[in-house]
Amino acid sequence: MTEKPREENMQELIVTPETQSEPMPGAAFEPAIVAFVCNWCTYTAADLAGTSRMVQSPNVRLVRMMCTGMVDPKYIIKALLGGADAVLISGCHPGDCHYINGNYKARRRVKLLMEILPRFGIDSRRIKLTWVGASEGNEFAATVNRFTAEIKELGPIDTRRLPLL
Amino acid sequence: MGSIARIEVKDGNPVAALQDFCARLLADGDIAAVLAPRRLPAGGGTMPALVADPEQFHDVDPLAPSFRLNAARMLTRLTRGADEGGLVAAFLRPCEVRAFIELCKLNQGSMENTLLVSLDCPGAFSNADYTHFVANSGDTWSLVKFLRASGRGTHGGMEIARACRTCEHSTGAEADLSIGLFGQDVAQGLLLMANTPRGEGFMTRLGLPEAADDGARTKALEELLAERREAQEQMFAETTAATSDMTGLSQFLSACVNCYNCRTACPVCYCKECVFLTDVFEHKPWQYMSWARQRGALKMPTDTVFFHLTRLAHMSTACVGCGQCSNACPNGVPVMELFRTIAASTQKAFEYEAGRDPGEAPPLSVFREHEFTELTGGQD
Repeated sequence: MTEKPREENMQELIVTPETQSEPMPGAAFEPAIVAFVCNWCTYTAADLAGTSRMVQSPNVRLVRMMCTGMVDPKYIIKALLGGADAVLISGCHPGDCHYINGNYKARRRVKLLMEILPRFGIDSRRIKLTWVGASEGNEFAATVNRFTAEIKELGPIDTRRLPLL
Repeated sequence: MGSIARIEVKDGNPVAALQDFCARLLADGDIAAVLAPRRLPAGGGTMPALVADPEQFHDVDPLAPSFRLNAARMLTRLTRGADEGGLVAAFLRPCEVRAFIELCKLNQGSMENTLLVSLDCPGAFSNADYTHFVANSGDTWSLVKFLRASGRGTHGGMEIARACRTCEHSTGAEADLSIGLFGQDVAQGLLLMANTPRGEGFMTRLGLPEAADDGARTKALEELLAERREAQEQMFAETTAATSDMTGLSQFLSACVNCYNCRTACPVCYCKECVFLTDVFEHKPWQYMSWARQRGALKMPTDTVFFHLTRLAHMSTACVGCGQCSNACPNGVPVMELFRTIAASTQKAFEYEAGRDPGEAPPLSVFREHEFTELTGGQD
């Protein structure tokens, strides 16, 4: 068997809202949610929720960052323009940041995006910021389930079907 | 309120009076050179020039309603780092002063190494319109008529740029010294106002006759501001209505060809290297193919809306509303309208105003422990 070029392999690996298979007609809407989570708190909590076999909806794709303070606004914009139905940003509780204050910076950036994106018709409920500590596996599962339910109610994002420039 | 002096105008020519003023500034031992708008050949408007020879002020024209580029970035090049070459006196429009202040906050320039001189800004024509203005009325008399209108009305049927018609910061009060034009008979004399201790120092040394604001300036300014605020409200409402959803925004930006001129012309687009020019956006062919397959068709060049949204997120809190983005756009995209509309709300959200105060930190460079808790459902 010949090996595929590396990039084609990559393409199969990338699970974006666009590359997931088309839902069956009449099937319930399954949102695609991109989550930027920090390595030290929320990712650890997600890990804990997983190893503890907590039931959580499979709609969330985690992107593990070293800190929420390094989530550039353009990552969130790109996800939403690319067809993600919602974006979750989750890090350490205030005062608990591994890098002292990255989560405070993330909060300002989310605030900034909340002033910009809703003006262009992107519902502010599609962007969520939460603090989930490393030991809060249950809280992580609950957040994911709650958020997925909210987005299901909200329906798919426009950018998925629009011929965007 | 600082002191006020009078700059006498001879032969009805305010430009000559300011050329003389520049020469007097240069004669002061502390000033090594003057950065001021200087006429280009063949009525092409003005561009900033660094003048170091007192005999070379004959083409300097800080009053021409030409605004080819925002000189704030030029001044950062002359002031960054330690004071090595001596103090530069810089003639800037108020929006250039405020952009310079924003850049100094990011350590890209230094307020220590410059004497900022601004003016009551009546506004300027777009680059395209300025050529027509000069062709129809390029003489001193037309300029005096333009200045006497204190920023209002039309001139030979032409209007100043929309960014200027909707600008509420027309006095240059953030500079060390500012020239008062509003409500003055500019063929007779101009006011010189000192706004900072440094400005006061220079004014005293220049030995100009003292003057007082007789109220004419305040009145003209109030009338102008009322008119401009109304135009601004209208612009915000129009732009908000046109871009209320992603389809609207796409239509609004549809003429954009991703040339990034708006970003190059923007004085406060502060990144040394723009991410849109890096490898991050050198997509591989398979990536384009994949996007095209997903949506059926992909507009090329891609990432147009993404570019503008990212720029809004990066610099709207620093936007001073100079309008150079629209001035530089080759395809008439109303970039300024979009950026000013969004900037008004992002700056308000952080109780910030770009260029207002050099001591005010850019909102995304600082944080408070207890703020915006509504984002996390009250969790703090």
